[in-house]
Amino acid sequence: MSTAVMERSESLVMEENQTVKVQSQMEIKREEKASKITVKDLNLFYGEKQALYGVSLNIREKEVTALIGPSGCGKSTFLRTLNRMNDLIDGVKITGDIMIDRENVYKNNDVIKLRTKVGMVFQKPNLFPMSIYDNVAYGPRMQGIKNKKELNQIVEESLKGAAIWDEVKDRLKSSALGLSGGQQQRVCIARAIAMKPDVILMDEPTSALDPISTLKVEELITNMKKDYTIVIVTHNMQQAARISDKTAFFLNGEVVEFDDTDTIFSTPSDQRTEDYVTGRFG
Amino acid sequence: MRQLKDYVLRGLLWLSVLLSVAVLVMIVGYIFVKGMNLISFEFIFGDYSPTGGGGIWPMIVTTIYTIIISLVIATPIGILAALYLQEYAKQGRLVKLIRFATESLTGIPSIIYGLFGAVFFVTTLKMGMSIIAASLTLTIIVLPVIIRTTEEALKTVPQSYREGSLALGTTKLQTLYKVILPSAMPGILSGIILSIGRIVGESAAIFLTAGTVAALPESLFSSARTLTVHSYLVTQESGDIELAAAVGIVLIVIILGINISATLISKKLNKATNK
Repeated sequence: MSTAVMERSESLVMEENQTVKVQSQMEIKREEKASKITVKDLNLFYGEKQALYGVSLNIREKEVTALIGPSGCGKSTFLRTLNRMNDLIDGVKITGDIMIDRENVYKNNDVIKLRTKVGMVFQKPNLFPMSIYDNVAYGPRMQGIKNKKELNQIVEESLKGAAIWDEVKDRLKSSALGLSGGQQQRVCIARAIAMKPDVILMDEPTSALDPISTLKVEELITNMKKDYTIVIVTHNMQQAARISDKTAFFLNGEVVEFDDTDTIFSTPSDQRTEDYVTGRFG
Repeated sequence: MRQLKDYVLRGLLWLSVLLSVAVLVMIVGYIFVKGMNLISFEFIFGDYSPTGGGGIWPMIVTTIYTIIISLVIATPIGILAALYLQEYAKQGRLVKLIRFATESLTGIPSIIYGLFGAVFFVTTLKMGMSIIAASLTLTIIVLPVIIRTTEEALKTVPQSYREGSLALGTTKLQTLYKVILPSAMPGILSGIILSIGRIVGESAAIFLTAGTVAALPESLFSSARTLTVHSYLVTQESGDIELAAAVGIVLIVIILGINISATLISKKLNKATNK
């Protein structure tokens, strides 16, 4: 090889390096810009017992972030710090920072405002013993919306947003508890949507559902991410792989690894993550 | 052998059920047989006459007064106290102590409450022997009943309702008012029914605080006689078992009526919330 050629190829490599650098810089920039929730060094104690150890995560806007890990690893506990549901439990102490839209969740005392912005869907459908309509209209009504037309519109939009409108539009006034489990869970999602939140937290939303209902909810989640930032706790690794963009692996109250879902499931950097996602424990 | 044991046990179960039903039927039957021929329109709606032959309308009115007044006072206080204990108070030693106290209060013989009422309401607060003194005493008697049953009813409301509501950015008060209380309503109502039973059935405490004047009460501060006290007095003074039994029939019918209507209301409420 002549020196000229070598020089040429060297410069090519350099050029390539530069473009890579620029690209990665752009990526970092984009990540910073679109970061919705920033968690820094979060510790949580139940009385004396520590449940979360120095959790730091960057959750990006309009993506699905999955939290996986074995039972009792702190993923649900972590999820509940994001809308301060842990406040309901006596003796919970939290250190560290959670910023949502650059506002510190634990320094700002307006829990009501936080929870209207950060909706939640629970493990088991927990509709109230009221009609379907009243369930979905519950949140907006509590915000003081009384106008019937406005409420009707919110209910319809929310039920459509949760892909359940066609199934329930003829029975809005009948009890929500008469629906099947899968339908109830989608009405729960509609109830959360009705508050027009930015973020929706989901705590194993399909664990009580049959496979077909699960599939419907998963489809729904995939469609919803264009409008909402979704954080979902799941026991089901296939589910995380199917629906999430990013995955965080929790173990014993720590985040072992947090990366693109594809990376976590194909080439994780931590041995424990690999052991877990390949089913060696958990 | 095992088969035999099964038969014996089943026989015993049957016997117990039969015995308790038989006792009930006997008592109610005895009262109805004894008192039924005294029951007439005149007897129920007529004014009392000390020489005999009069009605029991004043006692019915007095009984209804005591029910209404003591419930109007005891129900809100009892429900609010239970809400505090169950939903707001930090579950610690103090709450345990309060709970123990209310539980003990339900077990105290009513004559003790009567003595307290006679000393405190009648004498110290100078209410005199009156409907109001008796109703306040009854309020104290049924308060622990309402607190306990309301607490139990609140306990049966699933935690997921509270979480679901609070997660929608509602205040605690909104959650209580819109979700928790409606779900607990049937239980609370059954507590109120129980209380009505206690009020109607009470005699000793009323005897000591309302006195025995057998006339239509002119105001809440007049002394008056309830049905149970009347039933006691006619037996005690004139040995007129028939009259006492007739009063008993009226009491049974009143309580039955209240229970049935309360059950219907709670069923209606259930339907309204669940369907």
